[in-house]
Amino acid sequence: MVQETPRVASLVLEMPDWPGHLAGQHVDVRVTAEDGYQAERSYSIASSPEDSRLAITVERLDDGEVSPYLVGELRIGDKVELRGPIGGYFVWRPADERPLLLVGGGSGVVPLMAMIRHRVAINSKTPTRLLYSSRSQDDIIYRAELERLAARADGLTVAHTLTRMQPAGWDGYARRIDLAMLGEVAWPRHEMPLTFVCGPTPLVESVASLMVDMGYDPPSIKTERFGPTGG
Amino acid sequence: MSFISRGFRGKRRDTASSSRLPPGQYIVTDYPVLSAGPTPRIPLNEWTFVIEGEIDKPRSWNWEEFRKLPTEQVTKDIHCVTKWSKFDTGWTGVSMDKILEGVETAAEYTVQFSYGGYTTNLPLEDLTGGKAWVVYEFDGQPLHPEHGGPARMLVPHLYFWKSAKWIRGIRLVNEDEPGFWETNGYHNYGDPWREQRYWGD
Repeated sequence: MVQETPRVASLVLEMPDWPGHLAGQHVDVRVTAEDGYQAERSYSIASSPEDSRLAITVERLDDGEVSPYLVGELRIGDKVELRGPIGGYFVWRPADERPLLLVGGGSGVVPLMAMIRHRVAINSKTPTRLLYSSRSQDDIIYRAELERLAARADGLTVAHTLTRMQPAGWDGYARRIDLAMLGEVAWPRHEMPLTFVCGPTPLVESVASLMVDMGYDPPSIKTERFGPTGG
Repeated sequence: MSFISRGFRGKRRDTASSSRLPPGQYIVTDYPVLSAGPTPRIPLNEWTFVIEGEIDKPRSWNWEEFRKLPTEQVTKDIHCVTKWSKFDTGWTGVSMDKILEGVETAAEYTVQFSYGGYTTNLPLEDLTGGKAWVVYEFDGQPLHPEHGGPARMLVPHLYFWKSAKWIRGIRLVNEDEPGFWETNGYHNYGDPWREQRYWGD
């Protein structure tokens, strides 16, 4: 169990019979109360397919049903029932040589992190840019790891924007993602990039729509949305 | 095989809503958006809806013609494979029975195809008999593009990915042709009451 931010934790799971996964896929987690009542939710896989253990990263939603249990109650040694991997579309396959633009909002960064970790694990040189929107510096998930990976200067760059609160001396962006920001961060159109966008619906709608305005080919923009009802 | 999750209680539902809620689903009151790419932009003066494939002569309607078809107002529960269900959603549109009236076809399967390239497949019998509509209003308002406007399919007895947004037409086919999600890990039929979410369910 890794506490990533005050509201977000990663669960690291031993998976004896895990069939392997693709970067970007998710799992379904099922929890069962003593009287047999069950609830299920989907969570993105955060770990690289090469990692020996499976990690999922969960944001605690105050009115959620499953996430407060996973983030607050679960203890080391507890068992978790999960199913997966699931989903064959919002996935990055390293054989695809297009430059990558990854745009994440909040915990939408999780499947993008699986792609970044996969890229590092296999020593891929695919040029990759991450644009990551968080409310404040404390809300940035994987902050130290992203900093370390970007410092390797192997073709990964990371740009942050903090939409609500910025620390003194902050030199990143300080607003919602807009046309000017995408103009600075996104790959030029002629490089035919592949774009993954994941986050709350308004962010995804806005970013995908701006990318279309900028002339990117809609099929090259893959999106995954989640609302505050993710539970 | 399920086991007890130590310390999990969960939020309980009243039994009245439980009987309307398929296994593994939970109720939402807002309306989440799920789609795999950018929302297509479809000017109404370029919109058409077509029935094609195994049919003597394809039928097509432009927006003006389509809006002249007899409408129905229906209230349905919808169930998304990502586990949310929304009760009592109100729609206005045209029933598929009306759209297919008089069509003679030997086809047993259909493919819904959309602006933006989305496809999803269904047996023809799941689109007839008062089970499916092409809708263009949600709760009395024009359907928002995020939710599939100008018009989308409504096939509420199946998971909601079987109700294509931004519908452009329906192809009648002799052989079943798995669509977008059906070739990306999701169940070919998608009955929420049998929890047919993924391949192998």
